[in-house]
Amino acid sequence: MAAGATYEPIATTTLGSATNQIDFTSISSSYTDLILIFEGLANGGTNYPYFRVGNGSIDTGTNYSRTYILGDGSSASSGRDSNTSTPTLAELLTTSRSMITIQFQNYSNTTTYKTMIVRTSGAANKVEANVTLWRSTSAINQIRLAVSSNNFASGTSVTLYGILSA
Amino acid sequence: MTPISLGIFASANTTVGTSFESIATVSVGSGGTSAITFNSIAADWTHLQLRGILFNSSDVQLIRLNNVSTGDYSSHGLQGNGTSASAYDQVNNNRLMQTGTALSNSTSPYTFVLDILDYANTNKYKTGRMLHGFDTNGGGQIQLVSGSWRSTSAVTRIDIVPGSGTIAQYSHVALYGIKSA
Repeated sequence: MAAGATYEPIATTTLGSATNQIDFTSISSSYTDLILIFEGLANGGTNYPYFRVGNGSIDTGTNYSRTYILGDGSSASSGRDSNTSTPTLAELLTTSRSMITIQFQNYSNTTTYKTMIVRTSGAANKVEANVTLWRSTSAINQIRLAVSSNNFASGTSVTLYGILSA
Repeated sequence: MTPISLGIFASANTTVGTSFESIATVSVGSGGTSAITFNSIAADWTHLQLRGILFNSSDVQLIRLNNVSTGDYSSHGLQGNGTSASAYDQVNNNRLMQTGTALSNSTSPYTFVLDILDYANTNKYKTGRMLHGFDTNGGGQIQLVSGSWRSTSAVTRIDIVPGSGTIAQYSHVALYGIKSA
């Protein structure tokens, strides 16, 4: 039943200098799912990175929403953001590194809205999981990671993988 | 700061080898289906991963191994419903784990990633781990669940069965095998 190698790196970068935005463009529709893996820091202040997606251009509208659960070392909680243009990923710190994984399931279908599973791990502050909805039936061929204030620090690495199915 | 735009560098699609392999895929068509089944799973890999999106007319989806529906399963879960976080357990249950209620509409998918580790080992009980959930822009749920099947049999079949109703059109589930060195 095996169809061969199916988990492929599409693009990767390790930041040589701080930046406030990282884009993946021209993403092929030939995969079934995408996985984005982020490991890094902020370079100052309080930072709440978010992500956006799009087809041909990044959707900057309030077409995102999410349901999350998090633990901060004292308690577990759950919340929701609706009609947002900045679906948040995690609180990014300046000294303790964080890891973020975003799974884009069935990202290229043009029939359904897109649901993403997000896991964030910040050993010094919080662990969180959320499910994010993009209310569009368009295929995703662009992904953006961004911070509203300050930047992703130099040394931050991001890799996008594609997963093929039989 | 100048944003960085990454075009697609790997036009040659450099692979990471044959350690993560697609085994089978099910796409549900018009009319839905009473179950999604992956059968005759070979013992060629070390772990299995099931990934997908689901739609259902009314109910949760039950995940079973080797078509076993007796009380040989148990599970523990952590869930958030957008208002509060809670934990639960299910013992002597008739399924490895269950999803939350999938959605009756065809636009907002329920999504999941399920890992079954050491699935072909005949010396161990079988353990699964699933992260799953959905959001409807005002509703939704996120869960992290672990499940145990108290059997040393190798897993050769996985079923996703609706608690009631059918698994609806546009559901799409893919099974992958992961090899070790």
